[in-house]
Amino acid sequence: MNLIGYRRDPEGTHPPLDSPSYGSTRLRHPGERLVLLPHGLTEVTGPLLGPGRVTESDSDLTLREPLGQRVIVHGRVLDGDGRAVPDALVEIWQANAAGRYRHTADRWPAPIDPGFDGVGRTLTDAAGRYRFLTIKPGAYPWRNHHNAWRPAHIHFSVFGRAFTQRLVTQMYFPDDPLLPHDPIFTSVPDERARGLMIARFDLAATEPDCALAFEFDIVLRGRDKTPEHR
Amino acid sequence: MSTPAQTVGPFLHIGLTWPDGEFVVPQGTPGAFWVRGVVLDGNGQPVQDGLVETWQADPEGRFDHPDDPRGVTSGFRGFGRSPTTVDGRFGVLTQLPGPLPGAGAAPHINVSVFARGLLHRVVTRIYFPQFDNTSDPVFASVPRDRRHTLVAQSTQDGYRFDIRLQGREETVFFDV
Ligand SMILES: [Fe+3]
Repeated sequence: MNLIGYRRDPEGTHPPLDSPSYGSTRLRHPGERLVLLPHGLTEVTGPLLGPGRVTESDSDLTLREPLGQRVIVHGRVLDGDGRAVPDALVEIWQANAAGRYRHTADRWPAPIDPGFDGVGRTLTDAAGRYRFLTIKPGAYPWRNHHNAWRPAHIHFSVFGRAFTQRLVTQMYFPDDPLLPHDPIFTSVPDERARGLMIARFDLAATEPDCALAFEFDIVLRGRDKTPEHR
Repeated sequence: MSTPAQTVGPFLHIGLTWPDGEFVVPQGTPGAFWVRGVVLDGNGQPVQDGLVETWQADPEGRFDHPDDPRGVTSGFRGFGRSPTTVDGRFGVLTQLPGPLPGAGAAPHINVSVFARGLLHRVVTRIYFPQFDNTSDPVFASVPRDRRHTLVAQSTQDGYRFDIRLQGREETVFFDV
């Protein structure tokens, strides 16, 4: 069977699994070379986790009036050829305005906000668009190195249309002074690729008397031009 | 250019766990079994902040997906998602995937592992011990002395498939 596979990303797009400046990679990166997996049916298909998994209110993280600066985070999920990816499940999680997660393992003594769980879900529409209303997360310290602070970020998980398009990433805010000091952000070798993780301030989508807006498009892998033979 | 991957971080549980995540098929489905395992780091220590996702064909070897050229099927979800526990354990309840078209293809389940310390997911495959996997072109492309890391072991309630991220007996991971 001839199937159209998905293009492999150019070197430098994704972080190397062995990134010494991010200490937790030390014992968790494979030492052996990855084995090339040609794309068959299992790879060009993927879970379509459509309606039923998400309700309208799942994209509004502010319903219980959390503390902090309200922000709209919106954008499109696209493939590498600029085509919209409709009906894609987008899941986010984040710290509260003080930089603390609602997670039992987060021991940083910043206040917990009873009005904020920090979890959202939505599906992209026919044009690949998604939108969340949330609050801007705070920076938080971690123990990677002396005086280590994560820049403000929102964790994103996206299912494209295929197993090959599955992506977990983080969205950052523009002009964050912590970005150049963050070994997770800077683990991405290609500077242009790094830039794709930074949202753009979006005055046009900002809502008067409500929330600042940031635009964050997510680009998944595009299709190959010719079939890979199996 | 694609958006780069980043780690799920240590707090993935708040965002990525589902009440029915471990159930590729509902409990009580005929022929359903557990695939259980443990995710270990290079020191053999359990990875407690990880997530294992599975993707597979239904028992007839079909995918409920428009790009399966054989037509739309049963509504089989095919997808499982299990966070690791403090002991590094994960598990999904599923059925045996059927054979796929293509020369020699053996039944398999694709696996993605996400964790703190993994800046990008790692991908592996589960094969089953009762089949002749050496006819499978992907399996056969793996160095002979490492192939066994891809084969699940039979247990009382299904199969065991441990994932070793690094070191001795490191699991084979694929460049997908
Ligand atoms: Fe985080």
